[in-house]
Amino acid sequence: MNAGLLTICYLVGSVSFILGLKMLSNPLTARKGNLIAAGGMTAAILATIFLYEDNGVALGNYGWIFSGLLIGGIIGALAARKVKMTAMPEMVSLFNGTGGACAALISIVEFNNIHRILIGSPEPLGSSVLTGHFITILAGAIIGSISFAGSIIAWGKLSGRVKDFSFNGQHIFNLVVLTAAIVCAILTYHFDPEEARIFFFITVFLALLYGVFFVLPIGGADMPVVISLLNSFTGVAAACGGFLYNSQVMLTGGILVGAAGMLLTILMCKAMNRSLKNVLIGSFGNKSQSAADIATGGSYKEISLSDTAMLLSYANKVMIVPGYGLAVAQAQHTCHELEKLLTEKGVVVKYAIHPVAGRMPGHMNVLLAEADVNYENLLEMEQANEEFKTTDVVLVLGANDVVNPAAKNDPSSTIYGMPILEVEQAKNVIVNKRSMKPGYAGIENQLFYQPKTSMLFGDAKKVLQDLLSEIKSID
Amino acid sequence: MEEISNFFTGNIQLIYIVILSIFLGIEVIGRVPSVLHTPLMSGANAIHGVVIIGAIIIMGKAQGDNYTALTLGLIAVILGTLNVVGGFVVTDRMLEMFKNKKRNNKI
Repeated sequence: MNAGLLTICYLVGSVSFILGLKMLSNPLTARKGNLIAAGGMTAAILATIFLYEDNGVALGNYGWIFSGLLIGGIIGALAARKVKMTAMPEMVSLFNGTGGACAALISIVEFNNIHRILIGSPEPLGSSVLTGHFITILAGAIIGSISFAGSIIAWGKLSGRVKDFSFNGQHIFNLVVLTAAIVCAILTYHFDPEEARIFFFITVFLALLYGVFFVLPIGGADMPVVISLLNSFTGVAAACGGFLYNSQVMLTGGILVGAAGMLLTILMCKAMNRSLKNVLIGSFGNKSQSAADIATGGSYKEISLSDTAMLLSYANKVMIVPGYGLAVAQAQHTCHELEKLLTEKGVVVKYAIHPVAGRMPGHMNVLLAEADVNYENLLEMEQANEEFKTTDVVLVLGANDVVNPAAKNDPSSTIYGMPILEVEQAKNVIVNKRSMKPGYAGIENQLFYQPKTSMLFGDAKKVLQDLLSEIKSID
Repeated sequence: MEEISNFFTGNIQLIYIVILSIFLGIEVIGRVPSVLHTPLMSGANAIHGVVIIGAIIIMGKAQGDNYTALTLGLIAVILGTLNVVGGFVVTDRMLEMFKNKKRNNKI
């Protein structure tokens, strides 16, 4: 009876995950989809606690289980409620890391259980365990550890706590570490339980090390792709648990996320017109720059705040191109105020959103939505490119690589072929940046040296606030 | 070798689930607009929190005197719950803003 009910709950859980993911990929149903998946998850968790039986014995230690659920639930809900929308990508990375750590811990406990049973046996471990069962434990430990360590580094990078770090031959070093981890995992099978245990923990350690060095050299701008990939890894690690406990809901959930996460990773790479290999091996990290990238284009001209205010106030149509810099300066609210002020003056203001603007694809839309910007004023890249021709002033706020004409004109550039916002078609371009330093791709931007372009230096939020008071003082 | 083939025959249902789920996962999100990439990633992130079921099982199976298993299990349950609760709440917060926008437009 209980077993039947458990199976039904797991079935409900699995279907809710599929339905949830499906609905999440449509703007109209997304929120409902998320709630459905959450409901299915709750059903699966409660069913496991009360109905799961291990060889006819119900689960115990309810005190421990519920305190764990309570502590995790409170911290998780508070952290997720309190986090600023700009810091959300690193939050996702952190939650992904906890999932990976959970999978790795499950494997460690399962290994310890095997070790407890077989302790003192002189036989190699492999002769007394089920191979399939044992392989899933090892796989869960390796993948979970990589995902955990990698996510923590990705979190550190996005929040600015960890700096880029790479050395010559790092890719070979990484490969050696990963191979060593797998070799140690295989060795556990051939040694007696005591020795196997040492090899098992070396495996976990090497997997953690690999996770760290796998993410460290990858540039901050590529973190979304890495997080998505690690998300997919954690899915696979969760699926390993599905094999261990013969739990279909873990298997469906894990593999679904594994496959969807992988596809999402590839879609994100496509939006940047790069291959996954290119992101991971990183042509951006170790720069072998072409001459054109290094050559600076001569002189640029600066524009004063009052001139900018004048130009904006008397324009017919203004297009704002928000980027990473805007997100970092948390200037989205000020940006919206500027938009309102200009609209009151009869200026048409729209936003041109590059698919990879911000820290994650779609992140900029979320940030602007948070600042109450009307959804209809957000133009996608193709639409925006058509409207630039009739635009008087383009205001580029903390965006760089997504407006770099080298992506169109310079075949030797590292970003050649990436679709960009063709802002140079507008009458005037004002670029707000903190300095002339190149963007994340580490290449010069010819746009800044064009006669149409004027530079307005400063922190995006500060500049926008000053701009607001300048424009107000014009009437 | 024989063990491997035994593994396949013994777990054939699960293996079918794996293969079909791979195709399903790819098919289901195939046409997602780039606006939703971030919320979708976050939602998928919450779903793999299903790993918590494994943590609950090791916790519930652990003998009362096996403190290593109990402690590690407790940490695993906490981390897994963080993943589930945090993941769904963050996703909801992101999507909530999209929804507000739509409603305002209609008024």
